[in-house]
Amino acid sequence: MTIVRTPEELENLKEKLVASSDPDRPRVSVCCGTGCRVLGSMDVIEAFRTELGSRGLGNEIGIVGTGCHGFCEKGPVVVLKPSGIFYQRVGVDDVAEIVSESLLNGAVIDRLIYVDPASGARVIYEEDVPFYQKQQRLVLDLNGDIDPTNIEDYIAFGGYYGLSKALHQMRPEKVVEEVTQSGLRGRGGAGFPAGLKWSLCREAKGDTKYIICNADEGDPGAYMDRSIMEGNPHRVLEGMIIGAYAIGAHEGYVYIRNEYPLAVENLRIAITQAEEYGLLGQNILGSGFDLSIHIRPGSGAFVCGEETALMASIEDRIGEPRPRPPYPAVSGLWGKPTNINNVETWANVPIVIDRGREAYSQIGTDQSTGTKIFSLVGNINNTGLVEVPMGATLSEIVYDIGGGIPAEKDCKAVQLGGPSGGCVPKEHFDVPIDYESLQELGAIMGSGGMVVCDEDTCMVELARFFMDFVQQESCGKCVPCRLGTRAMLDVLTGITRGLGQEGDIEYLEELGRQITASSLCGLGQTASNPVLSTIRHFRDEYEVHIRDGRCLAHVCKSLILYSIDAEKCTGCGRCLRKCPAEAISGAKKEPHVIDQDKCVKCGTCLELCKFDAVVVE
Amino acid sequence: MVTLSINGQQVQGVDGSSILEVAREHGIEIPTLCYHEALEPYGGCRLCVVELKAPRGPRLVASCVYPAEEGAVVETDSEIVHRSRRMTAELLLGAAPNAKVIQALAARMGVEKPRVSLSDNNCILCGLCVRACREIVGANAISLVNRGFTKEVSPPFEIGSNACVGCTTCVFLCPTGAIKLEEVLANRSVHHWDSDFEAVACKICGDHYLAPELAVDVEKVLSEENA
Ligand SMILES: Cc1cc2nc3c(=O)[nH]c(=O)nc-3n(C[C@H](O)[C@H](O)[C@H](O)COP(=O)(O)O)c2cc1C
Ligand code: FES
Repeated sequence: MTIVRTPEELENLKEKLVASSDPDRPRVSVCCGTGCRVLGSMDVIEAFRTELGSRGLGNEIGIVGTGCHGFCEKGPVVVLKPSGIFYQRVGVDDVAEIVSESLLNGAVIDRLIYVDPASGARVIYEEDVPFYQKQQRLVLDLNGDIDPTNIEDYIAFGGYYGLSKALHQMRPEKVVEEVTQSGLRGRGGAGFPAGLKWSLCREAKGDTKYIICNADEGDPGAYMDRSIMEGNPHRVLEGMIIGAYAIGAHEGYVYIRNEYPLAVENLRIAITQAEEYGLLGQNILGSGFDLSIHIRPGSGAFVCGEETALMASIEDRIGEPRPRPPYPAVSGLWGKPTNINNVETWANVPIVIDRGREAYSQIGTDQSTGTKIFSLVGNINNTGLVEVPMGATLSEIVYDIGGGIPAEKDCKAVQLGGPSGGCVPKEHFDVPIDYESLQELGAIMGSGGMVVCDEDTCMVELARFFMDFVQQESCGKCVPCRLGTRAMLDVLTGITRGLGQEGDIEYLEELGRQITASSLCGLGQTASNPVLSTIRHFRDEYEVHIRDGRCLAHVCKSLILYSIDAEKCTGCGRCLRKCPAEAISGAKKEPHVIDQDKCVKCGTCLELCKFDAVVVE
Repeated sequence: MVTLSINGQQVQGVDGSSILEVAREHGIEIPTLCYHEALEPYGGCRLCVVELKAPRGPRLVASCVYPAEEGAVVETDSEIVHRSRRMTAELLLGAAPNAKVIQALAARMGVEKPRVSLSDNNCILCGLCVRACREIVGANAISLVNRGFTKEVSPPFEIGSNACVGCTTCVFLCPTGAIKLEEVLANRSVHHWDSDFEAVACKICGDHYLAPELAVDVEKVLSEENA
């Protein structure tokens, strides 16, 4: 361990680390992000250790367990360096062969190669995988290279250079100015300019100030922040230290979702190591600046991600939002000026400082600079984490990076921003993704959840799903949010059950507008967005549910009927045997019939029938 | 002092006042449910919303918690304010249809029947009881628990709490009569909190008025203090 006291010592340490690592030394990089772990990557990495050990190659060939590479769909993902050979869905059984064939002989193992579903092309090298090609990895760039539990890996790639520059070459005001000019905006949802927020807190009266990293990531399906913290926690810490210096804070908190054990652990390790290296704690990098950072595990409620509720929770009070003003920049944690930013926002800060505002603001669009990470989920071939420059289009993300929709289905819309967001229908897939354009379409950038909906998605049911989520997660303090979201849910549930009435759509719109306008916090103020946006773009679907009692996507069970086409049915008995409700009857080789009173509409018969005889209406 | 405009009228208020306080001082009526001048404002019922046109407007804000700022332009009677209050009243009527205050409020706002029936619980979660118990009585015997639609006022773990001193401030403050007090001779029960005890009688008038823990001998306390 080395204590780094000056910029020169940091430079020397980096040089030493780079010199001692031979770039041509063969290495295996195994993704140990949560997605790949679930698919068995920890066993794979263990198998590599055993295999290399037993062959006496433990020193010659390196093994790095890294954070999430993003391509979770194909996990466990293994990349061989320096060649860049990319293997997907690697199992323990493949390890011996990878060592003997690829690492020792340079041969490529065909069955582990990625085949692009769009072109059918076989892709050998990581850099040629279309999923990565169209991305611009600014924040996630090191995720596939470094061991997140080893600070030296980060330093070897230029880590903490931004901090060194800020502390030794820039005055705090200059740092704020730099961040302001870079155009960096908050990645936690609202897109508030980071530099402006910092300057408000910097200028607020008071000697004691705090900074907070919001790592509560509560949107269903979103895991951008998780992967940053798991894969490169030092980048978040570095951003926070720079921010604390700029604002004049000496204490910081990371409020982190407790359901992220790996992120919590990696962050804990990172804090300890940064302290040991003199990059956190007293007299950071010899500059005289002090900062301590504490981890506060989240209390498990979605609303605790809202900044005022989050601070109440850190103070050990009930995680309920309070009215603003006063804003946290003036009166936040324990009544002191507090600056809160999202994980991804903090992670962008070292990049802004290290590369400079000019270089940073070249990326993205005029009003929305830099990149944004999205978690691409739903009906999409390449589920995973995607980082693109602001201004990229949805069609690039869905088709070029995401590989399109499974089973050659048509895409209907993308839902952005989760329970506070809205959907963008396919007609608008060429609109650049930036804060303003999305807002115009009734959607939001949000924190980066991106759910792709294929043609079989019922937009009314989708809206109902999110409304169910927010009404459960409402803290219940204010009437419009507590009762209004419940009323909306009741009406939506009615529509999906065939009980919709004339006037329901107008009532939902009016209620939605009122909840938005009068709720106490951002949860209520955005809770209606999924409903209002689906009404805006898919009003006809609501109308068909209400007027005709039909769900064209065949999702709403109360509105569909399963029957068997007697012409096509061969009486094979497959469906009859498997029907869990015993609703199907018929003699062998005679057309079968579904008893509508017993049918639970599970769809098993539809899936099983080889003769397309099951009809859904 | 701050000067602002409410309904076109220039008014002044003490620094740090809320819009509601300034409005009331000038005889401008704004309906409220969860506000009480003796308690910390809560901002929960949203009935007190007003339209803030400047600065940074127009938008609705809850006047009981929003500070009266220099140069602010406020409307308390505009159409968007009424629409919002009407919806709030309708939602409350759907949740507490038997509460007299809510019926009266809804009638005043022109709501006849709620479009969605949500429950028939008289408690509207205005939090007056909880705040009074904490801020005035200092007993902290009850609090708001759970979230969303399942939120309720409860003593810890829903078990009668011996922190309750039977002062009945909560009963007195509850706008909907959701908290029931029963007094049979010396026995006082606040049903909602599952608290039940024999109250001590006043030596002079004979009324049963005080929880035993609180019935200290005043003369003894005074003599100890003077000693
Ligand atoms: C209901 C609700 C939940 C939120 N959850 C999160 C969250 O999980 N993570 C986050 O960074 N911001 C969340 N926010 C936004 C925060 O209140 C706050 O705006 C954000 O942390 C500011 O950081 P930024 O400026 O860097 O985006 C949430 C807001 C609301 C209203
Ligand atoms: S009186 Fe202001 S929110 Fe209830």
